[in-house]
Amino acid sequence: MTYSLRCKVIVGGKASGRVLATKQPINFLSSVDPLTGMITDENHELCGNSVKERVLVFPYAVGSSVGAYSIFALRSNRVSPVGIICTSKTDITTASGCAIANIPLLELCTDQVIPEIENFNEALVDGISGILQIKKV
Amino acid sequence: MFVHLTRDEEDALDEKHGKATSLAYKILLSIGKATDAEKLIPVEWVHLSGVNYNTIGDAGVKFLREYSEGTRFGVPTTINPMGYDAQKQNNLSNNFKRSQIEIIKAYEKMGSIPSFSCIPYEIFQLPDRGHNVSFAESNAAVIANSVFGLHTNKESSLSALASAVTGKTPYSELRIESVRDPKIKVKLETNLNTELDYGLLGYFSGKSTKESCISFGHNISNIDMYKTKSLAAALGTSGGCGMFSNKEINGESISFGKEEEKSVMDELNTTESGDVIALGSPQLGAFELELLSNMINGKKFSKRCMIFCPRAIYEKACSSGIAQKLENAGGSLICDACTCLSPLLTHEEYDGVITNSVKAAHYLNKSNGVSVCLTDLKSIIRNYTR
Repeated sequence: MTYSLRCKVIVGGKASGRVLATKQPINFLSSVDPLTGMITDENHELCGNSVKERVLVFPYAVGSSVGAYSIFALRSNRVSPVGIICTSKTDITTASGCAIANIPLLELCTDQVIPEIENFNEALVDGISGILQIKKV
Repeated sequence: MFVHLTRDEEDALDEKHGKATSLAYKILLSIGKATDAEKLIPVEWVHLSGVNYNTIGDAGVKFLREYSEGTRFGVPTTINPMGYDAQKQNNLSNNFKRSQIEIIKAYEKMGSIPSFSCIPYEIFQLPDRGHNVSFAESNAAVIANSVFGLHTNKESSLSALASAVTGKTPYSELRIESVRDPKIKVKLETNLNTELDYGLLGYFSGKSTKESCISFGHNISNIDMYKTKSLAAALGTSGGCGMFSNKEINGESISFGKEEEKSVMDELNTTESGDVIALGSPQLGAFELELLSNMINGKKFSKRCMIFCPRAIYEKACSSGIAQKLENAGGSLICDACTCLSPLLTHEEYDGVITNSVKAAHYLNKSNGVSVCLTDLKSIIRNYTR
């Protein structure tokens, strides 16, 4: 099954990878290890997963303003997501972090039917045309 | 919606004023798109986070080293705390100190004011209400909006850096008057007494809403600066909300009662006691230092006690004699740094940290890996002084 979802493009570029999706916001400074990409916050449902080479789908970032550097550090340490999708309201931390890390960043348009992205495995992020393609394989 | 750029801004984006300025505009443009801004507007003052080596790491050092080669700040720019007190001994590694000094030099080179404080609103003269600033420290952004009527979004280290270079910011979110009206109310169903209670309220509220402005109703109209800072810092830590208000609204509401208070305590209070007391996240201001010295009232701390405050506040406390009173009680006043994410508070050195700061508890638990005994100031004084 494949879905194509329209998105607003925040940072352009193309990427593809396995989906890592959550409905919980993320504090990039306190919840993700910048050296390994592992989510380490025991109170987060993705704890124990790595963001490395994934298409990270989450509502928005919370907490520290330094989270923008955390996204950049993930990229510098080669453990960053390949693409990021905000499902709710793209925040300033994620937008600025992706802008300097050159990570394609899209925000889902809310005027369409959006399936449970957690149930899909593969994602194709097209930050040129603004389409997120998700596939269940 | 597209962000409308002036000819000059377009040129800057196209690298006509150098690479660093172009990157700054690229950052502003991405934020502008994310927040549906129609244009950029000027800011009068920027406050930067991303100063402590413990938070930005080697990737941050490398970025700042290169970035500072090509640019200078265009507006007055103050900066957040770093990792340690520059004028006191510590046992941090040479690598840490070397990296920290490199960060400071990069900011200095770009023209920052060496404030090393997360409470710039207590040590600098503020612009008039309604003026635009760009504050990246989350507690400072919330306080600037909620208490002092300045206009700022909850900026990131990098969005504020871009504003420091360009003197501009996207006109969006809390910079627009209508967004500054609260959209959701938190109804208080329990009595709030201590600064810790207000911190728990802030942490819960930040977690429970994605709105930019939240109302607590008239209950918070007359709270002191300690409680206000505790509330603002916790709100900024757990969520994306950048402002609170005491305006009553008749819309959506959520409740904060004993159960909600307990759920935050269960998450952040991870040990029964500790071997060091840490006060100040946000850093303590003049009001809190005086309050603390009055509460101690000649007694002595029974455990090591670190008190974090800005150097400007410390110097005043020295002239008034309050610093000496705190030091006589065994307190150690630490400038330039803050409890939150301090490399001075590690799990190698301490089994548990006693603090009244919800923000500190969050980062000590989750980033420093140190257990936290979260308790209010009155209880700290009662249990750990004699």
